[in-house]
Amino acid sequence: MASNEEILAGLAEIVNEETGLAPEAVELDKSFTDDLDIDSISMMTIVVNAEEKFGVRIPDEEVKNLKTVGDAVTYISGAQA
Amino acid sequence: MSTPTLNQAPLHEYSGILGIGAYRPDIIVTNDDICQWIDSSDEWIRQRTGIVTRHRAGRDVSVVDMAEGAAREALLGAGIEASELGAVIVSTVTHPYATPSAASLLAERLGATPAPAFDVSAACAGYCYGIAQADALVRAGSAKYVLVVGVEKLSDVIDNHERTISFLLGDGAGAVVVGPAEQAGIGPSIWGSDGSRWDAIGMTHSLLAVRDFSATAMQNDGDTDDAAVAADETRLWPTLRQDGQTVFRWAVWEMAKAAKQALDAAGVSVADLAAFVPHQANMRIIDELAKQLKMPDSVMIARDIADAGNTSAASIPLATHRLLQENPELHGGLSLQIGFGAGLVFGAQVVVLP
Repeated sequence: MASNEEILAGLAEIVNEETGLAPEAVELDKSFTDDLDIDSISMMTIVVNAEEKFGVRIPDEEVKNLKTVGDAVTYISGAQA
Repeated sequence: MSTPTLNQAPLHEYSGILGIGAYRPDIIVTNDDICQWIDSSDEWIRQRTGIVTRHRAGRDVSVVDMAEGAAREALLGAGIEASELGAVIVSTVTHPYATPSAASLLAERLGATPAPAFDVSAACAGYCYGIAQADALVRAGSAKYVLVVGVEKLSDVIDNHERTISFLLGDGAGAVVVGPAEQAGIGPSIWGSDGSRWDAIGMTHSLLAVRDFSATAMQNDGDTDDAAVAADETRLWPTLRQDGQTVFRWAVWEMAKAAKQALDAAGVSVADLAAFVPHQANMRIIDELAKQLKMPDSVMIARDIADAGNTSAASIPLATHRLLQENPELHGGLSLQIGFGAGLVFGAQVVVLP
């Protein structure tokens, strides 16, 4: 099971691959849409890659609640438990 | 009493696509045109969808008109007369009559009467559904030649001010003739449906709501309050909507699995393909699908969507027709085609390009 720090680092890597954003820019309080400028389609690609990386399931209806990077880390951490 | 024995139609071993045709209507709608109706920009639309223009048909051009244009070219390419057709299949969700079918009128106009004729309602998978049926009809000996048309006039079912799908859509028709072949020309069809996501893409409401509104309007002697009509969407003409995120996820990761199954069933790999023609839904879906399937650079990927928009059942034959026109060396090569859309429904097969 990955720690929150490992989940954050993993997410940063996935975001970097999808958008080219520097991994350091992916911080817990950043909003995917407002701060990182990630659109709904890129968000889905990130979600599917995160599912694969962390071995969790993130349903479509849950994706709408993942506003910030912190929300995603918390959700993935909980889903792993 | 002895039991009589039945005759059954003799089987034919192989089927293939013998000719292809296209009809592209002549009204070009640009992203700047779209931005008159929704708050967006040319750059935003290109980046999110890869679409630069779409072709749309005028009020005087019907689904059957477009189907006829594409069908005549396909018959010419196949080198057969319409009178030789053993079946006419039209895949569409925009023929504006629940009955009779677009196919029976098309068959009559082409001179294919009395060939059996019917419509298929499988949205963006409609063309691949049609190919699956044509392949089965030809090999089972039920028909020698089958015309399959994918045609849509989506501009009749859009709301220009709506942001989830309308701006993607275009009109057009593509057609092929399927018939007996010397070698395998159509791989096994991988097709299916998932009605648990019936509401992911579709019409805003049922036609019954329109009937009920009309009845109310009649009772009021046609005296309707325009503002009230605008406020009550269910009174209006039904138009298309989609849940883009759900559809994107399904269209890429679920459809990549279906596409792999179609390759496996045909006994080929991506390295054997000459072309990849996914339903032209969105350039980002096409790109991501190609990535998931690890398409080598040697495979030509159809990107007709940039100019044609998303034309639902017409998109695969239209995109295939264009690839063949621009790259004649693809004739005889293998193409992986996959359609997916409202239902949800999907269909995929590997075919030999005509």
